[in-house]
Amino acid sequence: MARTLINLPALSKKGDVIEVRTLNAHPMETGYRPGADGKVLPRDLIRRFTCTYDDGASREVVFQAELFSAMAANPYLTFALLVTGPGTLTLVWEGDNGFAQTETLPLRVA
Amino acid sequence: MRPTGALSRRRLLAAGLGASVALVQARPAHASDWPVELAAAVAAFARGAPVREGRVTLEMAQLVDNGNTVPVTLSVASPMKPGDHVVALALFNERNPQRDVFSARLGPRNGRARASSRIRLFTSQKLVAIARLNDGSCWTRTVDVIVTIAACIEGET
Repeated sequence: MARTLINLPALSKKGDVIEVRTLNAHPMETGYRPGADGKVLPRDLIRRFTCTYDDGASREVVFQAELFSAMAANPYLTFALLVTGPGTLTLVWEGDNGFAQTETLPLRVA
Repeated sequence: MRPTGALSRRRLLAAGLGASVALVQARPAHASDWPVELAAAVAAFARGAPVREGRVTLEMAQLVDNGNTVPVTLSVASPMKPGDHVVALALFNERNPQRDVFSARLGPRNGRARASSRIRLFTSQKLVAIARLNDGSCWTRTVDVIVTIAACIEGET
């Protein structure tokens, strides 16, 4: 499992627009780069990132991104989110070689 | 008495000026500068809608020291309300091995149309940020960047 960093405001208010910052420590091997032996390293990318927000009333995908080889290593993504109530965010990274990682964290609302 | 040579030179100059102005006007908007592959990638994203310049902002350094990790921020002037919001946002490049960088799906639940990331750039090139709105219209912004250290060249050390 790759290490992830997720940053959310400690406490937000309903109606706020917050910024969700995410990073996944993944090499994002492009498939175009030679290795130490001169052979091209096989592609190993995170292909998709999905954020699902469960605010108690509904559970919806609020942000989804498709990533390609032009993304830097340790893909960093930030997006905005309208706070509709206290609940949970589920972040999923999926990629080559069956890579799948899920992180769930609470969204605290005053 | 005025020599006829001067007159014809003046006429020639005027004609030349007129021609160059016509050339500049004949050149259509930004899209003509795009290579075929980039134009095709953008057209596929736009789903046949005309691509207009504006509303989208692409924040990034114009001079990139290290192409391995280049911070970018895309934003769109949109109220992000159910009746008027951005549904998709994407970034394309001109000269990396692949045209796509990333694409994202958004909606009114985002509150604001803004996304940041870090990307790789192989060489100096154009980057095209594009947004598709819920009414199907597409807006774009092109940025030219100069890259001094390329991504993808260096192997493993």
